[in-house]
Amino acid sequence: MTDIQDYPSRLGDSASRKFGTFSYLPPLDADAIRKQVGYIIARGWTPAIEHTEPAHTAGSYWYMWKLPLFGEIRADAVLAEAAACHQAHPDHHVRLIGYDSRRQTLGASLVVYRGTAV
Amino acid sequence: MSNAASTRTYSAGVKEYRQTYWEPHYQVKDTDLLACFKITPQAGVAREEAAAAVAAESSTGTWTTVWTDLLTDLDYYKGRAYRIEDVPGDASCFYAFIAYPIDLFEEGSIVNVLTSLVGNVFGFKAIRALRLEDIRFPLAYVKTCGGPPHGIQVERDIMDKYGRPLLGCTIKPKLGLSAKNYGRAVYECLRGGLDFTKDDENVNSQPFMRWRQRFDFVAEAIHKARAETGEKKGHYLNVTAPTPEDMYRRAEYAKSLGMPIIMHDFLTAGFCANTGLANWCRNNGVLLHIHRAMHAVVDRDRHHGIHFRVLAKCLRLSGGDHLHSGTVVGKLEGDREATLGWINLMRDKFIAENRARGIFFDQDFGSMPGLFPVASGGIHVWHIPALVSIFGDDSVMQFGGGTLGHPWGNAAGAAANRVALEACVEARNQGRQVEREGREILVAAARHSPELKAAMETWKEIRFEYDTVDKLDAAHA
Repeated sequence: MTDIQDYPSRLGDSASRKFGTFSYLPPLDADAIRKQVGYIIARGWTPAIEHTEPAHTAGSYWYMWKLPLFGEIRADAVLAEAAACHQAHPDHHVRLIGYDSRRQTLGASLVVYRGTAV
Repeated sequence: MSNAASTRTYSAGVKEYRQTYWEPHYQVKDTDLLACFKITPQAGVAREEAAAAVAAESSTGTWTTVWTDLLTDLDYYKGRAYRIEDVPGDASCFYAFIAYPIDLFEEGSIVNVLTSLVGNVFGFKAIRALRLEDIRFPLAYVKTCGGPPHGIQVERDIMDKYGRPLLGCTIKPKLGLSAKNYGRAVYECLRGGLDFTKDDENVNSQPFMRWRQRFDFVAEAIHKARAETGEKKGHYLNVTAPTPEDMYRRAEYAKSLGMPIIMHDFLTAGFCANTGLANWCRNNGVLLHIHRAMHAVVDRDRHHGIHFRVLAKCLRLSGGDHLHSGTVVGKLEGDREATLGWINLMRDKFIAENRARGIFFDQDFGSMPGLFPVASGGIHVWHIPALVSIFGDDSVMQFGGGTLGHPWGNAAGAAANRVALEACVEARNQGRQVEREGREILVAAARHSPELKAAMETWKEIRFEYDTVDKLDAAHA
């Protein structure tokens, strides 16, 4: 039994909270995030930024940062908006999404800044 | 209708079917329901006669002329064989294409369509074997069917899952656990990172675990896993039951517990029950997972039965938000191109004829939602790169043994699968060839996940490389 590892998730431990796709990987670094932005743009999706207080991740609606970046095809511009959102709300989770208007869904949704867990 | 009709005269006796039901110059109508049968005739029966016999016996005809034929306009109602083709690589049989006028079928009734197309005709003596290979449902008929209660796009919104396949696990052992122990297995899987767990199809309401206690303990597991992970969770509560009344009672109780998804076995329970339950799910906002017990009885033989692509189309029309599709890579039957063919039939709005994938007709589903194909059966973390390539994001991958068999338990097994999946999706999005680079991707991801590392060591050597029994028809090289 000694080589069996315990699974550390706890109700009382905020580090156990997850937030969707890629939240089981280590935080993506700047280069990795840039590649996901590139994927969103290459698919023809509209990038957008959302954020929320870490205590309120559950609902469908996080706060929208400005408006979706319609027609934006420069990864740097998308990353700059995400950074600006993070700067304005340093304790919030910030996520990057890709609106797929043809299928009326989100082709991508990933947290790019992990706020202070509660 | 025409003057000619009024001058027909009654002549009793047996006519060759082909005099009435073989029309090689027939112009197919957009509203016709088309079928492709693979016919293996008895020795000495001409192809045209066998094809016409199938058309007759699956529509208006019987073995002899009857006087009441003259009271109706059979030219309007009859099915017609309109084309015959060789089967590549198999001289014992041939394809017959039959067109049925839409008015032969009750609106929105898969029951009625199947009763005609795969009814008595399958026992017909002039035919040695008969297989329904494909059906083209006209859009006019599609619009009379309810279809998936929610569909892929709505399910993603309800479950808040985007940009990746969903992950599930069937709870094992499939029979014998008490409700409380069963709920434990569910809870451990969900807290470890799965989106769904599933009742095994054999689990209904047996003496060792009655449905109500199972639902209660599973609901507790889901609520706690949700609170713990902050993610939406579900368990396919199997409401398949001995009677429709029991089925609806179980569905209502699942809804009252706030459960997002229930489950049904569409072939053993039947299309009448399935269509009714799909309507209930649509009206009550509960997702519907569909299991396919009994399918291999009817779809595995290459010469007799119903091809799975037909069962998949019928289920999409009858209603379901998930349907098992096979995995290509796991322990159960499934050829890669054929599987791609029927998962397109589950998900896409329009599927073009593509013989290389076994698709015999263009199929237009119009505005009917698509459903998630479910890959399940003998798969584990090492299969994930291939599964991501084959299925893409709009799929559910279910690892039963591949979760529960982890050396550290279900939560670790679930986390291993979730980490492996996310690593493969991230790599795919970066433009990497996930299937070819699968090993490097998983090895790199395991550096941050002891759970994945242990899973990779446990299942390294297991493969299921047997030849497929139900191959696509192709000329031998």
